[in-house]
Amino acid sequence: MATQPNIILHAADVHKNFGGLRALSDIDLQIEEGKTHAIIGPNGAGKSTLLNVIIGRIPPSSGAVVFDGQVLTGKAPHEINQLGISRVFQTPEIFVDLPVLHNVMAPAFARRDGAFRVNMLRSVDSETEIREEAEQLLQDVGLYARRFDTSGALSRGDKRRLELAMCLIQRPRLLLLDEPTAGMSRHDTNTTIDLLKKIKSSGMTKVIIEHDMHVVFSLADKISVLAQGRIIASGLPHQIKEDPRVQEAYLGGSVQ
Amino acid sequence: MVSLSRTDLSKLAIFAAIVLTMPIWLAPFGAAYPGLMQKFAIYAIFAIGFNILFGLTGYLSFGHAAFLGVGSYTTVWSFKLLTMDILPAMALAVVVTGIFALVIGYFCLRRTGIYFSILTLAFAQMCYSLAYSVLTPITNGETGLLLAKNDPRVLDALFGASASTDGLPHPTLLGGSISGYTGFYICAVLLIVSFYISQLIFRSPFGLALRGIKSNQTRMSYTGFNTKPYTLAAFVISGMFAGLAGALLSVTDPLAGAERMKWTESGNVVLMTILGGVGTLYGPVVGAWLIKYFENIFSAINTNILHSFLSFLPDGLEQVVVAVLSKFVGEGWHLTLGLLFVLIVVFLPGGLVEGSQRLARWLTGRLKGSGAQPHPHPAE
Repeated sequence: MATQPNIILHAADVHKNFGGLRALSDIDLQIEEGKTHAIIGPNGAGKSTLLNVIIGRIPPSSGAVVFDGQVLTGKAPHEINQLGISRVFQTPEIFVDLPVLHNVMAPAFARRDGAFRVNMLRSVDSETEIREEAEQLLQDVGLYARRFDTSGALSRGDKRRLELAMCLIQRPRLLLLDEPTAGMSRHDTNTTIDLLKKIKSSGMTKVIIEHDMHVVFSLADKISVLAQGRIIASGLPHQIKEDPRVQEAYLGGSVQ
Repeated sequence: MVSLSRTDLSKLAIFAAIVLTMPIWLAPFGAAYPGLMQKFAIYAIFAIGFNILFGLTGYLSFGHAAFLGVGSYTTVWSFKLLTMDILPAMALAVVVTGIFALVIGYFCLRRTGIYFSILTLAFAQMCYSLAYSVLTPITNGETGLLLAKNDPRVLDALFGASASTDGLPHPTLLGGSISGYTGFYICAVLLIVSFYISQLIFRSPFGLALRGIKSNQTRMSYTGFNTKPYTLAAFVISGMFAGLAGALLSVTDPLAGAERMKWTESGNVVLMTILGGVGTLYGPVVGAWLIKYFENIFSAINTNILHSFLSFLPDGLEQVVVAVLSKFVGEGWHLTLGLLFVLIVVFLPGGLVEGSQRLARWLTGRLKGSGAQPHPHPAE
């Protein structure tokens, strides 16, 4: 292990207080490029808060988040996305009034045209390149047959997979997943795991928050455990499994 | 033609045919005279523009009458200072209204939802009162801005085109008169152009971004779209449409009064759009025509007309029916419109256009005899 791993995201000394509540303290998190990094922890440990701080949804009380040499703190959400960070939310954030296909095409326009462009002379349907890409992704997530349906009519699990496709079409450098399989059947969960594994081979860095240990241990290269706003352990999956502090704080004494 | 698919082209062709044949098919309704048909076309342009903001981005402006007013005043000033030709007047009106919309939009779009609506209403009411008070040198207050014989008209004087000697000059198009049917066809052509532009926007990635803002602004910003300039662009574009409509009001009748900026006018365009169908291509046009028809024809029906209409009924019954109906026509046309509005919002939430589409689907489903659930189709 001679080569230094390339750190793509570094949350340095991040604190976040909500009034008197210390949601995050002393967070020092390094995400290696090309790896899947899982953040686990009991409810209320601050996992979603950490993700929100990274994406710029809420500012940290102190500390900074650095992505590939750029400080993210203080940047607007669209600027952070334009740097190459996409996020799948815990509650799917999709365009419920639009057809499934257009849901997937819209983020591709943001990737291609930037944060703002008045592009009136072409029609969405004549953008064949983006359309084909979107259709391919919909096939990957298993929603191709429903591409003309209004996305609000999809089931919760389908909405999550749609949102995943919307993030993937942006080809982000860093993909943040907030419980991507919550609300999915076992079969759908396994399909999603397979899909995420496939992306893994394409070199995209992923940060994943998950309750489902089956998902975590199938995907993660590295795991950090968050409890009461602190990272109590960080390491390879087998190290985490065996760490007694983790077992006490989260896994209830036993992994199986 | 830029990027219109075959279905879009046929829609445009059908629309153009409907607009250009208005003098024929409006005749049985007693509305086929140029003055009224001009209004139909002008308010349809106003509503089409409003729909680009409200229908696509979901931002409900209650102050669009201000842009109508600014367009009108600019046009009359162009008539007074530059030339009686309508082309520079309309171009100036659109540009000035666009700049005006940029300023108002910059402030109002800092808020969303009801706060945005209230801000636009406040701005429009401010313009309305200013037109009556501080700005009287520009607006001529209650009298309204009128043409005068001794206006400078720099460009006309330059080219020695001061033609008519008797009475006030009339607006012209490249030297030709625009009274009567010419005026209507000018408005009609501009309406078709407006419809075409709105089609382009609806089809484009820009339109998709605007719809995305209406649907989920959070997702838009986390997807890398800077939503502020998008909403501002939509606001300015719709303001420019309103400016064009205001210009045409002054072109067809060269005076401008502050009452065009009144909040009832802003409310009217909201009603038109909702009545016809928010976010649909045809909806705002249908709504505008319906409301203008009610305002001009329904309001003209009096008890005498009703009597002659219902003379086939037995005498006593006729008296009763006329007494009841007369409350709904003439002065009472607002009552009819109000009832219609309530019925449509309650029973056809997508407006007349979507309602008729749903009805058509239901009928075809009935005819086929299949119990298949019709798929909800995305709005045009």
